[in-house]
Amino acid sequence: MLAKRIIPCLDIKDGRTVKGVNFVNLRDAGDPVELGAKYSLAGADELVFLDITATHERRKTLADLARDIARHLNIPFTIGGGIRELADVDALLNAGADKVSINSAAVRRPALIDELAYGFGNQFVVVAIDAKEKDGEWYVYLNGGRVQTEHKLFDWAHEAQERGAGEILFTSMDHDGTKAGFANAALAALSERLSIPIIASGGAGNKEHFAEVFTTGKADAGLAASIFHFGEVGIGELKSYLAQEGIPVRPV
Amino acid sequence: MIAVINYNAGNIRSVLYALERIGVEHILTSDHDVIRSAEKVIFPGVGAAASTMAHLNATGLTMLIRNLEQPVFGICVGMQLLCSHSEEGDVPCIGVFPEKVKRFRPNNGDKVPHMGWNNIRLTPENDWVSDAVNEQYCYYVHSYYVEPGPHTVATTEYCGITYAAMLRKDNFYAAQFHPEKSALVGERILRDFLAAQ
Repeated sequence: MLAKRIIPCLDIKDGRTVKGVNFVNLRDAGDPVELGAKYSLAGADELVFLDITATHERRKTLADLARDIARHLNIPFTIGGGIRELADVDALLNAGADKVSINSAAVRRPALIDELAYGFGNQFVVVAIDAKEKDGEWYVYLNGGRVQTEHKLFDWAHEAQERGAGEILFTSMDHDGTKAGFANAALAALSERLSIPIIASGGAGNKEHFAEVFTTGKADAGLAASIFHFGEVGIGELKSYLAQEGIPVRPV
Repeated sequence: MIAVINYNAGNIRSVLYALERIGVEHILTSDHDVIRSAEKVIFPGVGAAASTMAHLNATGLTMLIRNLEQPVFGICVGMQLLCSHSEEGDVPCIGVFPEKVKRFRPNNGDKVPHMGWNNIRLTPENDWVSDAVNEQYCYYVHSYYVEPGPHTVATTEYCGITYAAMLRKDNFYAAQFHPEKSALVGERILRDFLAAQ
């Protein structure tokens, strides 16, 4: 049976992981490859690396990082952050990335999804969507949540699917950072409307939240950052708990 | 020397890295003589069947692959291309395996593509991989599947269908999942292939 996926997310700046990372037995908690390998051994099913570097050197740094990760890790990974055009993606795939995540650029120019899907296959294209609820409607935001758009979450997610997205990574900005659980109602609605997998992001605070996101939220994968980085929830214990709850997971 | 066939398919790099991690000598090549004289051949790939078959036909690789005598390992689309026909673009394939390739239909909450980790079940016909990998999880990304047949050595279930996860016929081996992305289980399967005579 297809397992529900547990995905730690690592934020990268200038080739180093940022945000607090509190992992024991790491020589250098800033090294994304070392941290990724640690998560892989701990039982992570997949990894997401999001680059928040703002310099024009970004493309080369990101491709170098993808190459390093691909060389050392034997589980799949997605890489993203500031991808705007085909050439960005080409470099990443040649470096060995399994998937790329696109966000603002896809909203600004939706045909980018078609081009990537046609050029590299649907499975390479993860469309990340940041959204916030306002008067009972979910609206899509850009630039890390700073710019509101007219796009509604469900319409945009559906359009992304029709254009060739292989997965949707949905972050609820209302839940992100709260550690009070995922946006399960919106996730379930999204999952029912789409025929591609949904990665849930934003709100993970404990093991129970993951059980809820896979049952009530009908998500295919659960993504989190700080609770894994700070060791608040271990991936091994999380998976044992989910298995006990009858949720299919890949045992560690 | 292991030859990894270079053609117009995506994500070949990760197979090379997996071989690098295992520590076997390998070369990425489309040179017919190099492929023919390699000790073993890996035929990887992510891509659409019709365009990749057109490329393989135009470059003579279809005939070359069909006639290889050393152990050959087809991975993901590589496995599908070794079959007789694919529904993806309704195209005849290399035809080493008589099996046919069909498209998943979303079923009962199961989405397409089949993406993620799923368990493999070895069949009594398995004479390739260690029993230790039975019921272990491997990483899949695909929208098309191979119907089970006499060459099926492992199966997986998805979209209400039991389909072929691994095939073996004489010197031809194939896996629908990505052993190069399937953690230690995948590495074991790759090693079992590399140990084949």
